[in-house]
Amino acid sequence: MTHRTPRARVSGLGAAGQGSHHWWLQRISALALLPLTVLFMVPFAGLLGGAHTAVLAHYAHPFHALVAVLFIAVAFRHLALGLQVVIEDYVHGKAWRTGLLVGNSMFCFSFGLAGVFAVLKIAFTS
Amino acid sequence: MAEFALPKNSRITKGKTWPKPDGGADPRAFRIYRWDPDSGANPRLDSYYLDLDKCGPMVLDAIIMIKNEIDPTLTFRRSCREGICGSCAMNIDGINTLACTYGLDEIRGEVKIYPLPHLEVVKDLIPDLTHFYAQHASVKPWLETETPAPEREWRQSIEDREKLDGLYECVMCACCSTACPSYWWNSERYLGPAALLHAYRWLIDSRDEAAGERLDDLEDPFRLYRCHTIMSCTKTCPKGLNPAKAIAEIKKMMIERQV
Repeated sequence: MTHRTPRARVSGLGAAGQGSHHWWLQRISALALLPLTVLFMVPFAGLLGGAHTAVLAHYAHPFHALVAVLFIAVAFRHLALGLQVVIEDYVHGKAWRTGLLVGNSMFCFSFGLAGVFAVLKIAFTS
Repeated sequence: MAEFALPKNSRITKGKTWPKPDGGADPRAFRIYRWDPDSGANPRLDSYYLDLDKCGPMVLDAIIMIKNEIDPTLTFRRSCREGICGSCAMNIDGINTLACTYGLDEIRGEVKIYPLPHLEVVKDLIPDLTHFYAQHASVKPWLETETPAPEREWRQSIEDREKLDGLYECVMCACCSTACPSYWWNSERYLGPAALLHAYRWLIDSRDEAAGERLDDLEDPFRLYRCHTIMSCTKTCPKGLNPAKAIAEIKKMMIERQV
């Protein structure tokens, strides 16, 4: 039971002062992924099932290494932004929500970093 | 989690079937949501039959006829009967719309009538709009100025006045907000299409001097950015307005002041 006025419930804790940056970044990253996905996936599909040395040689090339790094970094950033919105939309319990939001950031950051690291390792050592 | 099923006390049961009218070639069936807060019972779906030859052309004519001639306990809001007061908003044939401007000839088969979705029901077809109105009030739907008021009126050019067309016509019937899935899940914090359309109406009013503060109040992941451009608001608006576009314009203003 609470006697807060309807207006107080609407005001809540006030405007967070952010939101537009998240929205903008999500659009920009989506746009960047259009060419990056093609540039990354087309050669990647050609390498599937190929020789190990051919894959290493491909990602040793600076252009392909750069495309792969950009694709992985932008894709995981975009994934983190998008999943965050889905969690905020549907998960309402405080504990679940906080846990999933933190988990989402950690998952996307570490897996993105692992992908970038793997490509760099190939690029610099083979 | 968001709730995807109705709570136990909101599940709809089979209601009373009222007798068909005498004579009349082919009576039309109406299934209408009923809930009485005093009975403690679950909501039910009552069936009524009307001879449409004796009834006016709109859905509102039909439910007024039911109330007058069959069941005086049927409860709903109505006033102007010409789509300008917004009182008779309800879910008709699966669409949030105004009963007074929705023709019976637009519906095939039985006519299903429910209150606006995802609001608490006061009684029968009357939803509780307290929170919806408070959200409207929160966007300060009035002229905000610093400059002392002029001797006569605040002047506005014809071109600037035209920018308000498609916005000022909103009658706050709540059809759009209650058609929005994002509003269903997060209406506590998301302002919803109606309040945001009104926010935009004042943001682009050439006489208003508080655009910055208005945008500051909307710079929030929930108040504005829960809109995911689903566009149910625009599809359902009985006045043919485009709240989704108004919201998109606010998002553009947010970026415009940053880049």
